[in-house]
Amino acid sequence: MADKTGSVGGSAGGGSAGRTARVATVAAGLDWQYAPAPESRDIVSIAPEYGLFIAGEFAPAATGRTFATVNPATEEHLARIAEAGQDDVNRAVAAARVAYEQVWGPMPGAERAKYLYRIARILQERSREFAVLESIDNGKPIKETRDVDIPLAAAHFFYYAGWADKLDYAGFGQAPRPIGVAGQVIPWNFPLLMAAWKLAPALAAGNTCVLKPAETTPLSALLLAEVCHQAGLPSGVVNVVTGAGDVGAAVVAHPDVNKVAFTGSTEVGIAISQAIAGSGKKLTLELGGKAANVVFDDAPLDQAIEGIVNGIFFNQGHVCCAGSRLLVQESVADQVVDRLQRRLTTLRLGDPLDKNTDIGAINSRQQLDKITELSAAGEAEGAHRWSPPCELPKRGYWFAPTVFTGVSQSHRIAREEIFGPVLSVLTFRTPDEAVTKANNTPYGLSAGVWTEKGSRILWMAQRMRAGVVWANTYNRFDPASPFGGYRESGFGREGGRHGLAAYLDV
Amino acid sequence: MDSPLTSMSDKSGPVVGGPVVGGPVVGGSEAARRLGVRKTYKLYVGGAFPRSESGRSYPVHAAKTGELLAFAAQASRKDVRDAVVAARAAQAGWAGATAYNRGQVLYRVAEMIEGRSGQFAEEISASEGVSAAVARRTVAAVIDRWVWYAGWPDKVAQVTGGANPVAGPYFNFSVPEPTGVVAVLAPAGSSLLGLVSVVAPVIATGNAVVVVASEERPLPAITLGEVLATSDVPGGVVNILTGRMAELAPVLAGHFDVNAIDLTGATADARAELERLAASNVKRVFWAEDDWAGEPTPRRMLAFLETKTVWHPVGI
Repeated sequence: MADKTGSVGGSAGGGSAGRTARVATVAAGLDWQYAPAPESRDIVSIAPEYGLFIAGEFAPAATGRTFATVNPATEEHLARIAEAGQDDVNRAVAAARVAYEQVWGPMPGAERAKYLYRIARILQERSREFAVLESIDNGKPIKETRDVDIPLAAAHFFYYAGWADKLDYAGFGQAPRPIGVAGQVIPWNFPLLMAAWKLAPALAAGNTCVLKPAETTPLSALLLAEVCHQAGLPSGVVNVVTGAGDVGAAVVAHPDVNKVAFTGSTEVGIAISQAIAGSGKKLTLELGGKAANVVFDDAPLDQAIEGIVNGIFFNQGHVCCAGSRLLVQESVADQVVDRLQRRLTTLRLGDPLDKNTDIGAINSRQQLDKITELSAAGEAEGAHRWSPPCELPKRGYWFAPTVFTGVSQSHRIAREEIFGPVLSVLTFRTPDEAVTKANNTPYGLSAGVWTEKGSRILWMAQRMRAGVVWANTYNRFDPASPFGGYRESGFGREGGRHGLAAYLDV
Repeated sequence: MDSPLTSMSDKSGPVVGGPVVGGPVVGGSEAARRLGVRKTYKLYVGGAFPRSESGRSYPVHAAKTGELLAFAAQASRKDVRDAVVAARAAQAGWAGATAYNRGQVLYRVAEMIEGRSGQFAEEISASEGVSAAVARRTVAAVIDRWVWYAGWPDKVAQVTGGANPVAGPYFNFSVPEPTGVVAVLAPAGSSLLGLVSVVAPVIATGNAVVVVASEERPLPAITLGEVLATSDVPGGVVNILTGRMAELAPVLAGHFDVNAIDLTGATADARAELERLAASNVKRVFWAEDDWAGEPTPRRMLAFLETKTVWHPVGI
């Protein structure tokens, strides 16, 4: 990502990128050449066409319609995907209902548990395949899918498997009941992981599911459907219907869906709430964020810089809990920004399948347009824009890591969720000011705090209105750790014992 | 708006002294009769007892006899907004008090109700048309319910929070925190036990509340305000509005500085529209028509709690 480049071939295995990854050069006059380290894409075979997964079988949509999914790093066509219509959604919900009434609901928890353990194991066994597929369909770096998305997805199934026969002891009273058929709509930023977050607790609690993956990233959910089949999961317990927002709307609005779970934008979350108002459906929402990452002058700065980078550039900033507002104490602001910029100069943007890659592709043209527009607004409103020297691949959807300094709280880039690799830097003088600025948002999903002073960490953690607070770390996730927002970032928790409540009649 | 004059002339006949509750007459002989002093039932907002800024009131009648009990303030949308401002101002301080302190303050409320149990029993009897014995039992249940919730503030975090065993070198714990400002539509039928059953769980955990009392039976709610005002509950933590539920509920449901709403007192017809309004700022919505005489559960507390999870690395 600098002036000096080394040419790195696309994937060895075939046909993916004809691009080059940009190799960093760098600071201190050193000129690092990285050898290409592409992961082979041969490990996964992508079919030309995928059907809906309903009642244990893959079948085309009744409408006969399909849509394409592409590799956002290259714009290469990957596959055609069945586009569900109302009839298909009806069929999926009916299959889930039958499975709930006749098979999954009556099944002892200990038996449900073993199915979930099986799924976790198969995910582990096929993890390399999933990692490559997810990287190709989503555009995120292979090192992230390999080290984060896939292992965490497997861990989620493993964790909730163990709850299935222990629900009496989960703190919700004796013999808590499942809710019924869950309609679950998930986003494109962590396609498999979000599917796991939704399915694992729902199934452990005894519900059956109709899952609607995001339009731009359907492949890993469909492969997960195959895994469910391979695990011997009874037909209809998990159903996957693909398509755009209208399909998700049909799922949540279906009168025989008892529970709705949605992860995505606050705007769509509100629309879903309104659509099901008065229906009595149980709802949980995991929505947008505009997290403050607060750095005090006594912070361990080397670690803080890594945390800032991880906070906003992990997964290209396509993270609802991304640390998109950096609040730095004024006395160290120049130093932090300087170090941050030096660090960003060493990041490597390019072929997501290259194991050296830090920054992959933006997931879609539409998202790239949104990031571009908001960044332009940042400049227009007077903030100072900076990116490292960075040559972007010619094809695909790419956006250079970007840092805005001189940002004021009224700027759109300080208020609106950009959902991209764009960091807004603001400053503060006192802890009170840091809290006030951190909380000056309608969102409340996450927050970060960096300081060596323990009492100040706890003081800040008490006052920042956010569901997750990372202290001297950022963007850590675990199936045992509840995750979810305050205020307009949604309600309900995913993960841990708390995550069960969303799927039990409590 | 009802005219006080016409309403009075219609129905105020039997009321000689104050409102029926408390008894009109004090003294033995005819000569010693004195005119009782009636209570003006006002709103309870920010620790004070204002009339509705609209200047409106409405007559409240006894359930059984239809006799006039009093005029209740008919709150306006402006009163709702004032109450939300008061609640917001009070919430952080209340949440910031120690759980032990909140528990003691709530226990003090129970003590104050106990001291006024005769007055509450008369108001309940008149408002709900139940016998004196039933009303006394109801007040006893109200007191016991406060005591039940008074014990919760310093326990709920241990029940709902804890350490999470994550797969890595991190200390990770979850704690419950209050949602913030909670709007509550109190049940229509149970004038005091129902009200207490929906308000106490909300404030026990550190929320501030704006509650709309039963429209037809609002008087015990305002007397409860008098109890709260003398019980060390900081002003603004509980704000009690009386008036037309259909007028006030949508204002609360759509208010952008209200974090959650309990629709228990809304009619089934109104619920869908209130939920739509509540969605505009992602309010937490809850409702449950409980058997108010039955044993309470932690459910109403948990509905208005957020879970905060904190991570920190472990190392040397």
